[in-house]
Formats: sequence, C-alpha cells, structure tokens
Amino acid sequence: MTDTTDTGPVLAADGTPLKKSLSRALRMQKLRALMLIAPLLIFVLVTFIMPIADMLFRSVENQIVQETLPETVTALASWDPATGETPGEPVYAALARDLKVAVAAKTHTRLGSRLNYEKTGISSLFRKTGRKVKKWDLTKDAPFKEKFIKIDKDWGDVGVWKTLKVYSPKFTNGYFLNAIDMQKGLDGAKARPENQQIYIKLFKRTLFMSLVITGTCILLGYPVAWILANLPMRTANLLMILVLLPFWTSLLVRTSAWKVMLQQQGVINDVLVWLGLVSDSGRLVMINNQTGTIIAMTHILLPFMILPLYSVMQTIPPSYVRAAKSLGATNWTAFWRVYFPQSVPGIGAGSILVFILSIGYYITPEIVGGTTGTFISNRIAYHISSSLNWGLAAALGSILLAVVLILYWAYDHIVGIDNVKLGG
Amino acid sequence: MTITPVSRKPMSFVVPVVALSGAVAGLLVGTANGSAALGILIGAVVLAGLAVLFMTVLTDKRMGRWLTLAIFTLAGFFLGGLSGLVVGLLFGWFFGWLIYWLAEGRYRASLPPYTTPMQVLWHYTFRVICGAIFLFLITPILVVMPLSFNAQDFFTFTPEMLRLDPAGYSLKHYVDFFTNPDWQNAVWNSVTIAPVATLLSVGFGTLAAIGLSQPHVPFRQVIMAILISPMIVPLIISAAGMYFFYSRIGLQGTYLGVVLAHAALGIPFVIITVTATLVGFDRSLTRAAANMGANPVTTFFRVQMPLILPGVIAGGLFAFITSFDEVVVVLFVGSAGQKTLPWQMFTGLREQISPTILAVATILVVLSIMLLTTVELLRRRSERLRGLSPG
Repeated sequence: MTDTTDTGPVLAADGTPLKKSLSRALRMQKLRALMLIAPLLIFVLVTFIMPIADMLFRSVENQIVQETLPETVTALASWDPATGETPGEPVYAALARDLKVAVAAKTHTRLGSRLNYEKTGISSLFRKTGRKVKKWDLTKDAPFKEKFIKIDKDWGDVGVWKTLKVYSPKFTNGYFLNAIDMQKGLDGAKARPENQQIYIKLFKRTLFMSLVITGTCILLGYPVAWILANLPMRTANLLMILVLLPFWTSLLVRTSAWKVMLQQQGVINDVLVWLGLVSDSGRLVMINNQTGTIIAMTHILLPFMILPLYSVMQTIPPSYVRAAKSLGATNWTAFWRVYFPQSVPGIGAGSILVFILSIGYYITPEIVGGTTGTFISNRIAYHISSSLNWGLAAALGSILLAVVLILYWAYDHIVGIDNVKLGG
Repeated sequence: MTITPVSRKPMSFVVPVVALSGAVAGLLVGTANGSAALGILIGAVVLAGLAVLFMTVLTDKRMGRWLTLAIFTLAGFFLGGLSGLVVGLLFGWFFGWLIYWLAEGRYRASLPPYTTPMQVLWHYTFRVICGAIFLFLITPILVVMPLSFNAQDFFTFTPEMLRLDPAGYSLKHYVDFFTNPDWQNAVWNSVTIAPVATLLSVGFGTLAAIGLSQPHVPFRQVIMAILISPMIVPLIISAAGMYFFYSRIGLQGTYLGVVLAHAALGIPFVIITVTATLVGFDRSLTRAAANMGANPVTTFFRVQMPLILPGVIAGGLFAFITSFDEVVVVLFVGSAGQKTLPWQMFTGLREQISPTILAVATILVVLSIMLLTTVELLRRRSERLRGLSPG
C-alpha cells in the first residue's frame, strides 16, 4: 500500500473524491447563505424595487388612447396629417362607435384629461361630446362627420386629430420630452414656446442650489472636522455631541426651528433689529426664497459632511505637517501642500453624500423655499398630488433617479459602499 | 497640559487687547441702547481701566474676578433689567477671565514655544471660527426649547419672555399637545407604525446580514446594491414609485402599506450596522458550538445573537428613527387615517396653525438625546465585547 497512495484521487471519509465533496459542501454553504438572504431580497423587491420599476414604466406608458378608442386608432393609421385636411368619414364613424362604448364605461373623461396635458381644451371637448354621443343610434344616425363638427367645431380641427394620432401608440416618449421642455409633434420633437419652459430651469436650479449647499457644507465642515480630529480625545468626544445631536434630531424639528428663526418676525431678525444692524422696517427677507433653503439645508446636511471628513482626518498623522514646517514650509504651504491633499478623499466622500441627499430633498424646500427656493422634487410632488399628471411626475422622477444613480456609482468608486458609516 | 513656560505679559500688550475686546462688547450694547460710538468708548475705557487696575494694584486674582463680575452684573441690571443681569453676568465672567488669561500669558501654555505671535493669533481666531460653526449647528435646536414655553401664540420671543417675566411663560402648548385629538391621533399612529416596521426590517435584515457575511455568497455585490438602494434613492422618488405601485395593488392608504414602505426604508440601516458588527465576529465560536452538539438554531440564539445584539439594536434604532421621522413616503402612501406625527407637524408648518409644533419639537429633541445616549452606550458595549473576543 506504500507505493499506490499517490495514484488515485484523494478521497474523503465517505469515499467520494475530496474535490467533489468540497464543492458539494461549498454549494451547500452558498445555498444556505442565499436561503437566509432570500426573504429580505423578496421583501425589498416587492416593496421597493417593483414600485421603482412601476414608476419607470409609467413614464413611457400610454395605453389609455388605444384601450379607449381602439377602432379610431386603427382607422387613423391610414390618415395622412400632412395633407392638412381632417380625416374622412370612416374615422369619425369609428370614433362614434368607440365613444359609445367608452361613455357607457365612463372612461372617456379619463382619456380627455390625459390628452388635456398635451393640448388644452380636449378634456372639455370629450366631456361635451360624450353627453351627445350617448343619445346617438349607431346604425341610423350615420354619417357622423358633420354631426361631430356640429357638437364642437374642434372636431374639424386638424390639431386635435394630430394629437390623437401622435399619442395613439402604446408607449410614448412624450412625458420625457415634456420633462425637458420639449413637445412631441408628428414631425418629431421640438422645443416648447419660451414662456412654457420651466423644467430645464428647475433642473438647473436644483443642481445649482445643491452645489451651493455642498460648497457651504465643505466651508463650514472642514474647520470643524479638523478641530475635532486634532483636539484631545475627551474634548473632541464632547464637541462631537454638538454634531451628533442635530444629526439625530428629527428633520421636522430642525426645519421648524429654521422657520422660527428665519421669519421676518423671527429670532434672527429680532436680534439684528435689537442690535440696530437693520431697521425695524428693513427686516431681512430670509425665508420663502433661495437663501432660506440654502441656510436650512446646509444646517441639516452639515453632519453628513463632517462625519466622513472627520474619519479621514483622524488617519492623517500630525507629524507630516510638523515635518513640513521644520523643513521650512510656511503655515499655508504646510497645509495646502501636505495636509489638504491627504484630506481630499474625505471631501470627496462628504461632497457626494451631501450632493446626493440635497438633490432629492423635498420637505425643507417645501417649507422654507417659497416659490423661488423649491427643487425638482417639489414639482414631482405637485404633479402627483395636485395636477395628477402622473406620467410627467414619473418622467421627472426617472431623470432625477438617473442623476442620483450616476452620482452613487461615482461615490461607490471613490469611497466604496462598505465604508458607509453611521453616527460616527 | 503645559508645554510652554508662561510669563507675565507687559501692560503695553494686555491693555490695548483688552480695550479692543471691550470696544467690541461696547459696540453691541451701545447699538442696542441707541449710541454705538458712546458704547465703544465706554467699553474700551472701562476694560482698559480694569486691566491697569488688576495688573498694578489689585493683584489678587480672585478679588479681581469677583469685582469684574459685580460691576458688569450691576451695569447689566441697570441697562436691561433681569435679562440684562444675565447678559452682564456672562460678560463679567468672561472679561474677568480674559484679563488674567492675557496678563499671565497663559494663552501660550498649550502651544509650542516656537510659535510666532501671528500663529498664536491665528490659532485662537480659528477656534473662534469653529465655535461660531458649532453655534450654528446647535442654536436652532436650543432656540426651539424656550420658545415652546411661550404664553402667546407667537413663533418669536415676546418682551415678557425677554424680561424673564413668569407671565410670559406657560405650558399651554404642551397641554394642547396632550389634549388635542389631532396630535394624539398622530402620536398613536406613529407609535403603532414605527415599531412594526422596525420589527419587520430587523427580523428580515438580521437574517440577511448573517447570510451576507458568509464567506461564499454568489452575486454579493448585486444583492448588496439592491438591499441598500432604499437609502440611496431620493425619498421623493421612492414615495412616487410606492404611491403608483401600491395604488395598483390596493395598498395605498392602508396601514399595511405604510408599514411595508417604512420597513423597506429601514432595511439598509439594519443591513449596514449588523454586517459591520459581524465583521468582528469570530466564526470559530459557532463552529465550537456545533462541535459540542448545538443545532444551528441553538447556536444562533445562544452564541451568535448575544454577541451581535448591540449591532442589531443599533440597526433597529436607526430603522425606528427612520420610520418615526419619515414624512415624504407616508404623505403619499398613507391616507388621513395614517397621519403620523411628522406629517401632522408638516401640515402645521405649511399652514402655520399653532406653536404646539414647538412643544412637540422639544419633546422630540429630548427623545433624540435619549436615543443618542443609548446608541453611544451600545457602541461602547460592542467595543468592549469585541475586545474580549479572540482574533
């Protein structure tokens, strides 16, 4: 037995080859790990990922036209809007049949308000027509073209038919075009008139204000992080409470505090008037504008800047700066050429974190932002709850989501998601 | 800690510096009382005089400080009554300390001996700047507390409050909070939603975190990204998506819908804290337990759970706070029946109905201080336990 041991495969105790036994054990281990993860994964997929997917779907979904007016859509396919003439009798007859069904199911008003987002006036046109069509007899009352135009001369308007034709496919990029101030026409997309362009401006403002907030957070956070990293442990821990307390305090509490402080009859203005720095009639307007949003959000997001900066600065040995100084560097050179480059990763991590958070903020701008200090998120909320244009809200949200995901990808590359720390 | 021997400074340095600080204080008090120029003059002269007095005649430090305190307190009382007295007290304490601190040269004690005067100046200017930023961080929270005891329905300090008149203060906003059914409903909703959501995220989250910390997990990166995503995606987008999807499947406006949404939002925090705790977990302990005949369930509850408990509790606290403090998602996913405390505050702020919000805010600040303490204690315990475990 001494000279045959190294010929065959190594066997495990039960006689199977060791390699096979090992891979089986590994497979078991993987399976067990996945079994432990599976419940949560399914939970998150159902409660969170599917809603996001649903939102993305809604931003391009446009089945309502085809579902409500199936025959009209088919009939319209052969109509050439380039002739500048209204469609022929078959289309009107199809519309009459479709509307008859739609009115019975009461779906025509929904279609009307959907198309109203694209061309104002269609909502009332559908409601008005619906009432009349209900009384028609489909076999005896033909032809319908004149009848429709008699109800409302808009049915003789090529524009209405163009809108119907443009939005008859099941999917549309119309919402996305709307979200970037464009309009969908038969001959492709074109820019909206100057006075209707709001979203590009709003996106720019959101980006600009997020940048300003990130900038002020760096300016205010850097000295604080530095002093926390350089003070003796006991004092630093004590001062850390001043950073962590706002971090842990409810967002609503901090927002309401800023509302209280920034008002024209608020604490800051009172103090300034009392000190005589501003007159009683010249109280500063610091709320319901961009200043209010920037001040309040800087305060709210500052801990998210300080904490990563602090953890990076803690790792920078103080002897480097001392060495630079002993080699003849001035204070500024020692800081700028030796200390600062080592703290850049902290600035990067903090900035991206603050930027990602601020770009999607809703509550604070809503309360202290007025009309000029609001973000794109406020517009999304408006379209969901007030104007009910869900498709547009979904498109705006999708664009915002894309921006955040790109930033997050950058964050993952710079810092790594595993390095996310909470509460110091 | 003294690293530089201190020596008494000459009068030609101390007196101008003290006079300058007196001028600044005089400017503030002067403008508030009508004449800035007079204020600067009086402030500078009084402080310079005190400095000369302390450095030549009255060398007894304790006497000097008490004297300054008395002078400023009295001056404050005559200028501004009871609240002036408090301001005067602070000023007196500060200047009494400042004069001796400068005169004895103690300000150099903690700095290396070779620092130049400009570096010393910068050192202390920098501290003042940092102090101002800390003030910026904490002031909003501190301002809310006294305002919540306002006897009037204002969001600002009334003259009575500034005079420290007891009539300017009352507990009526607290009474309103505890008796108003709107607020009580909101509290009840928050209290019924947050713990259930926390329980869901902690239960699922801990299991998954243990799974994720196994050495061989396929698609680890992708799974981690999916589980962390509720924290990354802006709340308004989560809210929009959940609103659309939950109204499709009939969960919009229900208690269950809000709980599920909040649980999803809390999961990343549980995952992050528990996986972080598991990094320091010694795997040989579970193997040892299995070796001695414990089944996986016993091993989990008797060996693994007690060791990672601090992380689990910390994650649970984060999840709880997330749900308790959340307003955007509940605003869309919930209906009037699920109006939580933050939601009620949000409506109150938008329509500015009553300062009861400030009373609620104060209560919440006290709660968050308690939570902060708990987390800090847990962190210490976790570190201690980790120090004990081998490896």
